[in-house]
Amino acid sequence: MGACITSTPLTITAYHEALQRAVPKAGAIVTFTGQVRDYNQQGPISGIHLEHYPGMTENALTKLVTQAIARFSLLDAHVVHRIGDINNYAPIVWVGTAASHRKAAFDGACYVMDLLKQSVPLWKKEYQGEQGVWVQTKASDDHAAMAWLKESPKGEEK
Amino acid sequence: MINIKTFAQVREVTQEAGFSLPLEKANSTVADVKVTLRMRAPCWGEALDDGVLCAVNQVLCDDSHPVAEGDEVAFFPPVTGG
Repeated sequence: MGACITSTPLTITAYHEALQRAVPKAGAIVTFTGQVRDYNQQGPISGIHLEHYPGMTENALTKLVTQAIARFSLLDAHVVHRIGDINNYAPIVWVGTAASHRKAAFDGACYVMDLLKQSVPLWKKEYQGEQGVWVQTKASDDHAAMAWLKESPKGEEK
Repeated sequence: MINIKTFAQVREVTQEAGFSLPLEKANSTVADVKVTLRMRAPCWGEALDDGVLCAVNQVLCDDSHPVAEGDEVAFFPPVTGG
């Protein structure tokens, strides 16, 4: 299990291979890579900057991964989030989940991403030329997170 | 003293990333700290509006949460990672 923040470009293939090595008997591995889009609602953007709260961000990511492992009986899970200046099309976040069966691995990855967008202290600023604008929260992200929070975890269903 | 930290828009609006602040009274809460900050400068009134979040010792909390000597109290906007 792992959760980390990095200011250097993500090495997706290495993360995937490390997860395979960690749980060689997993029946399913699901990975998600979030990348920088080259536009927002106002038009094209030239890149983003991601700010975090040192210490709290790492702890929040670790807690999230621990919760996902327990909730979906995952064999392992990792998340890596980049901070600092990031160019268009570059990876921002990578999530990998391993489980005995695919549904748990898919659900675990979705859970980590949906809750990350609501509960982990990270802030995104999008640049159009020299001008940066902080990204506002989206209602759709809140709804996705709330759907997991309303749903009873496995073992608590009556 | 408590340690105030700010992030993202809150830091830019206040132009203060972090500083020490004396606790005004015993049994203070986050709400009390906000009152002190609003009196510090007009920009703090703006920074603390619009659903700003608070963490005490790096744990999210609401306005009724107690604040004690030495605590780290952070203010920041809703998160937008991922």
